[in-house]
Amino acid sequence: MVCMSKYVLKRLAMLIPVLIGVTFMVYFILSLSPGDTAAMIAGEAADAETIEATRKDLGLDQPVIVQYGKYMLNLLHGDMGKSYKTKREVFPTIMAAFPNTAKLAFWSILVAVAIALPVGIISATRQYSAVDNVGMVAALLGVATPNFWLGLMLIIVFSLNLGWLPSGGMGSWKNYIMPAITLGTGDAALICRMTRSSMLEVIRQDYIRTARAKGVPEKMVIRKHALKNALIPVVTVIGLQFGSLLGGATLTETVFAWPGVGRLLVDSIKSKDAPLVLGGVIMMTITFSIVNLCVDILYAFIDPRIKAQYKRK
Amino acid sequence: MGTSKNQETASGAVKKRSQFNEIWRRLKKNKMAMVGLGIVIFLVLISIFADFLFDYNTVVIKQNTSIRLQTPSAAHWLGTDEFGRDILARLVHGSRVSLSVGVVAVSIALLIGGTLGAIAGFYGGKIDNVIMRIMDIFLAVPSLLLSITIVSALGPSIFNLMLAIAISSVPGYARIVRASVLTVKDQEFVEAAKCIGANNFEIISSHILPNCMAPIIVQVSLKVASAILSTSGLSFLGLGVKAPTPEWGAMLSGGRAYLRNAPHLTVFPGIAIIITILSLNLLGDGLRDALDPKLKK
Repeated sequence: MVCMSKYVLKRLAMLIPVLIGVTFMVYFILSLSPGDTAAMIAGEAADAETIEATRKDLGLDQPVIVQYGKYMLNLLHGDMGKSYKTKREVFPTIMAAFPNTAKLAFWSILVAVAIALPVGIISATRQYSAVDNVGMVAALLGVATPNFWLGLMLIIVFSLNLGWLPSGGMGSWKNYIMPAITLGTGDAALICRMTRSSMLEVIRQDYIRTARAKGVPEKMVIRKHALKNALIPVVTVIGLQFGSLLGGATLTETVFAWPGVGRLLVDSIKSKDAPLVLGGVIMMTITFSIVNLCVDILYAFIDPRIKAQYKRK
Repeated sequence: MGTSKNQETASGAVKKRSQFNEIWRRLKKNKMAMVGLGIVIFLVLISIFADFLFDYNTVVIKQNTSIRLQTPSAAHWLGTDEFGRDILARLVHGSRVSLSVGVVAVSIALLIGGTLGAIAGFYGGKIDNVIMRIMDIFLAVPSLLLSITIVSALGPSIFNLMLAIAISSVPGYARIVRASVLTVKDQEFVEAAKCIGANNFEIISSHILPNCMAPIIVQVSLKVASAILSTSGLSFLGLGVKAPTPEWGAMLSGGRAYLRNAPHLTVFPGIAIIITILSLNLLGDGLRDALDPKLKK
């Protein structure tokens, strides 16, 4: 376990250069924008003097590299700066939106796993059966459907025509249903395909034949021998999908007017609110990396062979 | 001597053709892949001959408010939009935008990512480390977000859209090409090429890369699909093509205001996107199985 914590620390340390690179890249891209940020923030009615004052106030009169250096120095002190537009601190602004995104991500991945695992397992154990064929066609369609379109279709049917569910915002549990289904079905398609192909590969292994030969009931063969071994790639996909959901499902959040990180980021990118964009990207990178790390650690618990590797190191 | 050499090249040619035939034979057996291929060819033909089917200036972008928001009829098979433009005509011309963005974006990404991946894989060591760590940085940012940032910085236009999607998918190609180069570079024919004095560029371009084509072809066919999906997503957010140009995502977004009374504005562009992505994925899956017989038992 000592080795494990060493590994975790090493992975967390690797985040630092990645974060420096990501912030630099985003800073550089934002500085390419053709429009005048200061003029945009000062407002349409502002005269040249006000615009200049705003520029100086925001530090935009300095070279990009100096601006970036100052930003990073402040970041080291835990200061992500203030939004150009709302003048509010960046960190609390993002932290206010994050729980909304996290809740949605949680329910979406739950929907995805609840659909995908059973369908994937049945598809693999009864290959070429009706369940397999229907499941795989549905999965193909799920991968091909843009989730913002699916969201709009759900709104047309369940909000506008049937009037059962609210079309946007978040308040009651009813608000969660459509966004979670929209995001969940797309991920379900991916997880389902992965579960099926991974199970198919494992089922052909010798130890499954051995288990069957020694008379283990089929249910046990599938649950204990096959599924446990087939889970690794499936867990990876689930983890990656969860990570990207936590980063904010920009399009779905836009469709359902969901007050999450994704929508916050798109709005701030559109209004060239650099501090907010950078703060959001940093938070997203950290979340994504930590989820990936958790997935890697989870492997050790699923697969004793990997656990043994940590011990040997 | 001369005859034996001729025979040799002839048998070499036969072998080369038979490998292609073998892949084609395996692909033909896969019904789903053939359906996918059929639809892809159909879409390509439609986008090439779009001007013969519907005139751009008089049908696709000309507004006619007297016939706005009509439901599907004999005159307008898929109805008309909020400006009275024929939706089918706009979808047909929209296929040009989607397919060209998909193909160009993937080509740019393949060119940049492939080159970087090949260099990293071939030279290894420090060069490899530097290139791949930079790729890791790109991978740490979700690709849609990266595309949004790039498009909004450069301004919305078709070319910037292509560039944004290309840049955000560069790391994927770099990784795949690097991995395949690593499996090939220590093989004997590469050593042989070194011995006869081929320079590194020759070795990479004419000996290593042709032998890593299988995973690259599969990746390309699947990535064109996801590039088209990203294009429609960005256009949906208002970061894609400019107003009168027909683009599926933008059409979808335009229909949002009329969801209650004219849902067909939103339904049909979505179906067009699904059919395109589905056919490309079917073809990609089929190619993967045909190129790698190990996967299929």
